[in-house]
Amino acid sequence: MNPAITATFKLAVLASLAAFPFYGSEFYAEVVAKILILAIFAMSLDLLVGFTGLVSFGHAAYFGIAAYMAVMLSPDFAAANLWVVLPASMLVSAIAAFVIGLFVLRTKGIYFIMVTLAFSQMAYYIFHDTKLGGGSDGIYLDFRPDATIAGFTPFSFNETLHLYFFVLALMVLVYVFLTLLLRSPFGRVLVGIRSNEHRMQSLGYATFRYKLAAFTIAGALAGLAGFMYAVLFGFVTPEYLSWHKSGDVLLMVILGGMGNLAGAVAGAFVFIGLQELFSDWTKHWQLLMGGVIVLVVLFMPGGLAALPGRVVGFFRKEGKNG
Amino acid sequence: MDFTTFLIQMLNALQYGLLLFLVAIGLTLVFGIMGIINLAHGSFYMLGAYMAFVLTGMTGNLMLTIAIGIPLAFVFGALLEALLFSHLYKRDHLEQVLLTYGLILIFEELRSLAVGDDVHGVPVPEIFAMSIPLSDTLSYPVYRLVISGVCLLLAVGLYFLIQRTRLGMVIRAGSHDRDMVQALGIDINRLYRTVFAIGVVLAALAGMLAAPISSVYPGMGGSVLIISFVIVVIGGIGSVWGALVAALVIGFADTFGKVFVPEMAGLMVYLVMALVLLWRPEGIFRKG
Repeated sequence: MNPAITATFKLAVLASLAAFPFYGSEFYAEVVAKILILAIFAMSLDLLVGFTGLVSFGHAAYFGIAAYMAVMLSPDFAAANLWVVLPASMLVSAIAAFVIGLFVLRTKGIYFIMVTLAFSQMAYYIFHDTKLGGGSDGIYLDFRPDATIAGFTPFSFNETLHLYFFVLALMVLVYVFLTLLLRSPFGRVLVGIRSNEHRMQSLGYATFRYKLAAFTIAGALAGLAGFMYAVLFGFVTPEYLSWHKSGDVLLMVILGGMGNLAGAVAGAFVFIGLQELFSDWTKHWQLLMGGVIVLVVLFMPGGLAALPGRVVGFFRKEGKNG
Repeated sequence: MDFTTFLIQMLNALQYGLLLFLVAIGLTLVFGIMGIINLAHGSFYMLGAYMAFVLTGMTGNLMLTIAIGIPLAFVFGALLEALLFSHLYKRDHLEQVLLTYGLILIFEELRSLAVGDDVHGVPVPEIFAMSIPLSDTLSYPVYRLVISGVCLLLAVGLYFLIQRTRLGMVIRAGSHDRDMVQALGIDINRLYRTVFAIGVVLAALAGMLAAPISSVYPGMGGSVLIISFVIVVIGGIGSVWGALVAALVIGFADTFGKVFVPEMAGLMVYLVMALVLLWRPEGIFRKG
């Protein structure tokens, strides 16, 4: 694809996302805000799965931990300060990812998939079985954080519109941050690890440290998404850490096409879009969702990101034959 | 804890572990021999339990149900392999995870369409519906012992199948070196289909056996799936004996975890897994 066309397309998407809440209803603004948050979550996982070659099946743990922190670090009867709780929650997720990463990154392949799952299940049961965060019932966030900084309040999360634009800005920031990260020497090493870890080692790179750093960054960004998810919906349950959540975000990444940040965003839109569409039609929407997933795997390797190229390739071939 | 309670918990742990073993065999064989991660394996357990509910409602007898259910599960497994899984052998793990995750959604919804989302019970077969008194107040249900017995018999049967028969020999060879087996002129597709179908039968059988003691409910496949994966990974992928040992370890860890540290019970299984994998990153019985 021509880079100019791709860039124009991305800007057009961004412009329509910015214009959207002025035309859609408040309900749909919340749906899109949810998608944007999950897009951040999907991009954070793509850093591991798509770029570093680490298939984590327990990424929901870091999402859920920060979501719980959003509630647990807030005072009971007042709003917390956003500029304190947001970084603090991300930090807790980052620390969790760092510690778990120390263990899980010793394993490879299928074992890595299963061990990341095991650790996220542990986190799930810590919140599910103990009274730490309200047990299996979950816990409410009664007051959305307050954005006051040095006596000045630039925006308020009690306005859906403000919340929407904050989330949109975060999504763009994360996209830009990861794009720059992947272009940096650090990012090139990660991609090198995905292609051939042994070669990177023999070139003198301490690959374990790079993988651990990537795992920690991905955990912190998943935490950012989890934090905003808790703020948007006002409550947190252990289901935020469940393996279904890890599976869903993995689906978004694969649907969009691994190793493509814009693809991860598209994956989040398609996944939640289909979910909303199907659940409008029928109570048994998962049947349709499952059908779509099976068909995508069987007939569309490479996900959505590969689709434009495949369509172009198809017509080029037709042209030559004709 | 007095001795009787301890004995009861031991028997429970044994029965739970052996039941998990039945589910895990299919997973470990399908992964070890065909290299496929099958997330939908828990659904076969769930389908087995629902089959027990529906068929026992019609026949009135769980044992008759099992006799009908086994061939049904075998045909279902063979068909599934032919239609879907045979396309997955050359794909990478991620795509297998994705497709089988989609299958979970499909199976759960088909179940919901067919029998609804209610929790059901299945009566214990009449001849086993009694308890052995252990002390004045405590007794142990015979049916649980029957389950353990059936599972043990199956484990012995599997031992003979794998160690002493021609099919078993090919299975063992296949888990070592797929290409070599094919090069020797063995119909690998038929082998795959058979192994897959056997795995489905065992998981469904576990579901049918478990139906009377753990009610039949939506989502029952999910929890069993994750635990079975833990077992497969602890035991070493592809190793049937590893699965047996790991299943018993997990059975005991879970049962006694619930007794001694009830507020941390859910954690126990995963803690054991993490510890085992730190000690042996490739599982207990992983062959070179």
